[in-house]
Amino acid sequence: MIAYYTKTLYSIIKNDVLVLPSRMLVFFFIVAIICLPVVSNDPYLLRIIILACIYAIFTASWDLLSGFTGQMSFGHAFFFGVSAYAAALLNRHLHFPPWASIPIGALASVVAGLIIGIPCLRLRGTYLALTTLSFPIILLGIVHAFPDITGGELGISGLDRICRSRIGTYYIVAVSMLLSIATMWKLTSSKFGILLHAIREDEIALRASGINTTRYKIMAFCLSAFFAGIAGGLYAHFMRITGPSTLEVALSFQVVIWGVFGGIATIWGSAGAVFILFPIMEFFRFWPEFRMLIFSFIIIFILLYMPKGLLPWLRDQVEKECPRCKKKNISFRKTCRICTATLG
Amino acid sequence: MIFNIIISSLINGSTYALLAIGFSLVFGVARIVNIAHTAFFMVASYCIFLCTNILGLNPFAAMMVTIILTVLLGLIIFKIIIDPLREHEAAVLIATVALAMSFQETMLLFFGGVFQSLPYLVTGNMEIAGIRVAYQQLLIIAMAPLVLAAVWIFLKKTRMGLAIRATSQDREVANLMGMNEKGIAMMTMAVSVALAAFTGAVVVPLSVVHPHMWLHPLVMTMAAVVLGGMGSVKGSFIGAYILGFAEALVVFLIPMGAFLKGSVALSIMVFVLLLRPDGLFGVTFEEER
Repeated sequence: MIAYYTKTLYSIIKNDVLVLPSRMLVFFFIVAIICLPVVSNDPYLLRIIILACIYAIFTASWDLLSGFTGQMSFGHAFFFGVSAYAAALLNRHLHFPPWASIPIGALASVVAGLIIGIPCLRLRGTYLALTTLSFPIILLGIVHAFPDITGGELGISGLDRICRSRIGTYYIVAVSMLLSIATMWKLTSSKFGILLHAIREDEIALRASGINTTRYKIMAFCLSAFFAGIAGGLYAHFMRITGPSTLEVALSFQVVIWGVFGGIATIWGSAGAVFILFPIMEFFRFWPEFRMLIFSFIIIFILLYMPKGLLPWLRDQVEKECPRCKKKNISFRKTCRICTATLG
Repeated sequence: MIFNIIISSLINGSTYALLAIGFSLVFGVARIVNIAHTAFFMVASYCIFLCTNILGLNPFAAMMVTIILTVLLGLIIFKIIIDPLREHEAAVLIATVALAMSFQETMLLFFGGVFQSLPYLVTGNMEIAGIRVAYQQLLIIAMAPLVLAAVWIFLKKTRMGLAIRATSQDREVANLMGMNEKGIAMMTMAVSVALAAFTGAVVVPLSVVHPHMWLHPLVMTMAAVVLGGMGSVKGSFIGAYILGFAEALVVFLIPMGAFLKGSVALSIMVFVLLLRPDGLFGVTFEEER
């Protein structure tokens, strides 16, 4: 039994994973994420990776809504902030443990998704982007106006840790990151994902084909809000403080930038971008004046020369598509690995 | 109290209107959502600060120099960054966000995060119904309709204006009729940036100059433009005054109102959009569905 599974696993790794650089990269990335605490116990490094995991969930959720469905959201921090505040209030005042407050926070964020999603059904393009941008600012004003409940400028501090030990926290965050990203990836490569693509490309044509686009758009809003909410709850409990910074315009823009840097409409691209950019930004901390400047120049450069995003661009460099069976192949192969057709 | 609210809402409204006209113009003609519009306003304010407080020019000369320099900057940015991306709406949004951030960081680098102030263009003040009103404030209130009228005349009476209106109605057909569509987009960008710089000279003496000053006007300008309907200069002008009035009302009448002013203005915008998805005077384009 065990031998059989080991053999199957071995053949999957050998025949499906190790044939393409992109798959190898994903495989080694997962292995690296899981093995990191075994190799290093540096609290600073773990902290960076944990935050990168949280932001990776957040950015992937933005990609699900804006990249796939084309509902350009410039206020994604709303979902993050709603969930972070919900989790913080539940934990601080009702003493809910993190394993309860994070999912409830995510559900609160789904409600927020409905609140944004239903009015936004009629809006398109730039109107939608600017309307979504306004929601976190509205909430931010309310947060500042009622400092007794929300803590105002200072936020709500003194939340419970996710887990007592640092390694435990790391694993909880990392595993929820891997699970969330895998779920979103799976969802978007299913029939549901194709419908979302179609909504972005031509909504009227889709409606003419008898598909209830309203339902799918609301579903996209809710799913995206749910995952952003998980990220927000994890963030609140990891930082042990929820402040106005979780609702700021800067965070909304940041997530858009990560998403575009990594490649729109590819879940893996936007998640990967966070793991590239976030540690680089930490690395530039010794040079703080130039950090955001370099960051914005990188973005403009990427937009001008790699409009699909960095990671899809890299993927196109190392892989090419077989003209006959449309499977990906590593770029130095002369013939397709599946159907042996000559590659152009 | 009532007079206070009126003056304050007129000043707010005029500020947003001055910014919104430029923002709306460049969107209506070139279909560019220039998030960096108020960042140009911020850069212009710093340029004026440099000219008056460090080089010692008088405010009017500083204003002229600033308008020319800012327009040059705007054209270079348009040529290098915005023009190659113009076909992708989302890419332009994101590129201009990045642009605005890079302006902010550059200014932070050169001038630091301290609050600076600019000299008034006109000094002195007068008393109306028991409220002290500076001439600079009256200048702002007068400037918004004047600028609107100037833009109106430019659009309606000149050949260039005719070309701009034609392009805003249908880019492709205008191009087919032999108009230099790219040149017109550049011209519109120049006018819009010049308006931003001019607004900097007129408005900023009343407040302070600092690298983060673009964010609040940006949000309010965008709200005004969306409220009035994107691409409609008249609509954004009216939208700006509605929002300015709402802001003043909230600040004066509600305790903790200063925190809620953005919220209320944006709630009005969201509410209007619920009823009319294209804003009050929105222009819809058939081919863009």
